[in-house]
Amino acid sequence: MNAQLQPTGSAYFIAKETQKPEARTLSVLVDNEPGVLARVIGLFSGRGYNIESLTVSETEHEKHLSRITICTNGTPNVLEQIKHQLERIVPVHRVVDLSALAAERGYDKPLERELAMVKVNGTGESRVEALRLADAFRARVIDANTEHFIFEITGRISKIEQFIAIMKPLGLVEVCRTGVAAVSRGPEGM
Amino acid sequence: MMSDAQRETGRNGSGRDEMTGAEMVVRALADNGVEHMFGYPGGAVLPIYDELFQQEKVEHILVRHEQGAGHAAEGYARSTGKAGVMLVTSGPGATNAVTALQDALMDSIPLVCITGQVPTSLIGSDGFQECDTVGITRPCTKHNWLVKDVNDLARVLHEAFHVATTGRPGPVVVDVPKDVQFATGTYTPPVDAPRASYQPVLQGDLSAIKQAVELMASARNPVIYSGGGVINSGREASHLLRELVDLTGFPITSTLMGLGAYPASGKSWLGMLGMHGTYEANMAMHDCDVMVCIGARFDDRITGRLDAFSPNSKRIHIDIDPSSINKNVHTDVPILGDVGRVLEDMIRLWRASSPSPDKKALAGWWEQIAKWRARDSLAYKPNKDVIMPQYAIQRLYELTKDRDTYITTEVGQHQMWAAQFYGFEEPNRWMTSGGLGTMGYGLPAALGVQIAHRDSLVIDIAGDASVQMTIQEMSSAVQYNAPIKIFILNNQYMGMVRQWQQLLHGNRLSHSYCEALPDFVKLAEAYGGVGLACSKPGDLDDAIMEMITVDKPVIFDCRVANLANCLPMIPSGKAHNEMLLPDEATDEVLANAIDAKGRELV
Repeated sequence: MNAQLQPTGSAYFIAKETQKPEARTLSVLVDNEPGVLARVIGLFSGRGYNIESLTVSETEHEKHLSRITICTNGTPNVLEQIKHQLERIVPVHRVVDLSALAAERGYDKPLERELAMVKVNGTGESRVEALRLADAFRARVIDANTEHFIFEITGRISKIEQFIAIMKPLGLVEVCRTGVAAVSRGPEGM
Repeated sequence: MMSDAQRETGRNGSGRDEMTGAEMVVRALADNGVEHMFGYPGGAVLPIYDELFQQEKVEHILVRHEQGAGHAAEGYARSTGKAGVMLVTSGPGATNAVTALQDALMDSIPLVCITGQVPTSLIGSDGFQECDTVGITRPCTKHNWLVKDVNDLARVLHEAFHVATTGRPGPVVVDVPKDVQFATGTYTPPVDAPRASYQPVLQGDLSAIKQAVELMASARNPVIYSGGGVINSGREASHLLRELVDLTGFPITSTLMGLGAYPASGKSWLGMLGMHGTYEANMAMHDCDVMVCIGARFDDRITGRLDAFSPNSKRIHIDIDPSSINKNVHTDVPILGDVGRVLEDMIRLWRASSPSPDKKALAGWWEQIAKWRARDSLAYKPNKDVIMPQYAIQRLYELTKDRDTYITTEVGQHQMWAAQFYGFEEPNRWMTSGGLGTMGYGLPAALGVQIAHRDSLVIDIAGDASVQMTIQEMSSAVQYNAPIKIFILNNQYMGMVRQWQQLLHGNRLSHSYCEALPDFVKLAEAYGGVGLACSKPGDLDDAIMEMITVDKPVIFDCRVANLANCLPMIPSGKAHNEMLLPDEATDEVLANAIDAKGRELV
């Protein structure tokens, strides 16, 4: 029997990953209590899952419920684990995979929006150009003096990314982004 | 302020709801049915200890180290089915509890740990004996709480018991700052289902169970693989498991944590499976066509090499934790629910469907199993001069099996030999650290078991290295007249480490030899217990009988063969059908059993 020993993996077997990672947006409804965000983040870091973006705020004040939106990626197995592991956290009420839900309902993606505030310094031609482009992107000026603008821009991630890239040569100083907020299309709630 | 008279009525257990936080802790323990707890006092829990001093409902067992309190509470919980309770102070008290908390998390043991904390006004100031207890224990508990308002304390404590004991059981921590213990507030009684966000699913989906029953009825080479979840589900679940095995005639194997749910003397028993499981159990798992996993989690010590794990089987998996299903191994029929409830439905549906299994195929399967069994994978070479460790466990089993016996273990070779050679007939009789593999678990766990079962025989099957990790709890055992028996298989090595060094590292025994072992007999006497030693096979029975008869804590120094290996074994990186069997495991085979890649992975 020992003659036919196979090439090894291990008792801690590390299988070659054959599945492709997918991007997902998850909505997590939680009791707004101290430490709840640490539980969620700790789960991701402790189990080696990825977080691309995370936003959180209390959404139902009377019930003290917060809604966390997490953009993550992983293989289908890992994504299933992420969902179940999140559901195991005691203050977590519900986990909805918005990406899967959108696909189920025949959409490409759930509705995803992000807000960014973009500070751009400049004078002369580049300043005029920044303002003109901001207008084209429907970004609003929320602060300005003779040397700078701060733009507020809302939209899909790709739009924000594009806007930031364009502003870079025009005197981009800093950017603050909220992370993605997402809901599913259609009349149904989560 | 309350008058002294008001205080007095409260303490006497009238319906008064106004009390201090410290009083609430003790009241909540009593209201949750706690009779015993394990702990160690310190500055940040003194108000609670003061309340404990003035009552008799809850008996406090003083340990010598907080880790000991945790394992004692685990042993208590595992042997009774109730929650184990521990009380420790802030800072080092809490950090010392961490190992036990993680141990309980991995083995799904209901454990309620109450920790003291510096006063709320000092939190975050790096105060004396301050640590971020909820931060440190967040990943090693099922849930934890820091209570900042005395009016939340009672609710949180009840919720803690609820979370620890329901669903998949686990450890919880309630961190109580000292000012909250002193403050006065309103006590509220326990309520059912205290949290909307926490609703474990108990009842299995009937259509899934029906599908499982159909799959089982069509099986030609079935195997039942049961685990600790059956024990956690309660006594009734073990009865139902036995009924299912009898009804179907399927062979059954079990994980380390599940031993005793099905009796070792049962005719369908294959022995334990996994890395040091029997040949017949592992081969049956590998070659089966239908696998019924009941309350187990496909741990890496069980599956071996995943891509060669049971390649031709359809799998049914019953588990209360959805994250256990499809985690390591794909499941064809997942059933989410409490093992006991699902088994009840499964048996009912099996009966109602009056299945007609392929009797001929099943008979052939049992013939195959008999052939595997005939390989006698637990065989070892007997020795007239030196006690073989396997022999020691066999004799211990023979001499204690007709008594009311509970077994705990430490971690290592002795643990595996105990699992292989001690036959468990009932659930809750076997306490061991499975998931975390905590050396030092067994002695305090034995203390916890003995506190719960005063008149039973409680034996910690130990190793010479493990036992020294929590040896100080001998002192607690003596203090509480807990006549635990610590049966040390003393081979002067960290035996499992040495075995792996032989297998993986050219037999270079780096730091695995215990050069300066204590004289265990004198050590026992120093603690006020009884020390016994035995080194001859011929003297062993008498010595064991003496150990049993002594009504005091005993340390039994059983000198065994130094270099015995724990076999059979699935070497690292191998599949179930590539076991190292004792009759083939020459030194040369052992040295070459694992190649370079397996060595890296271990």
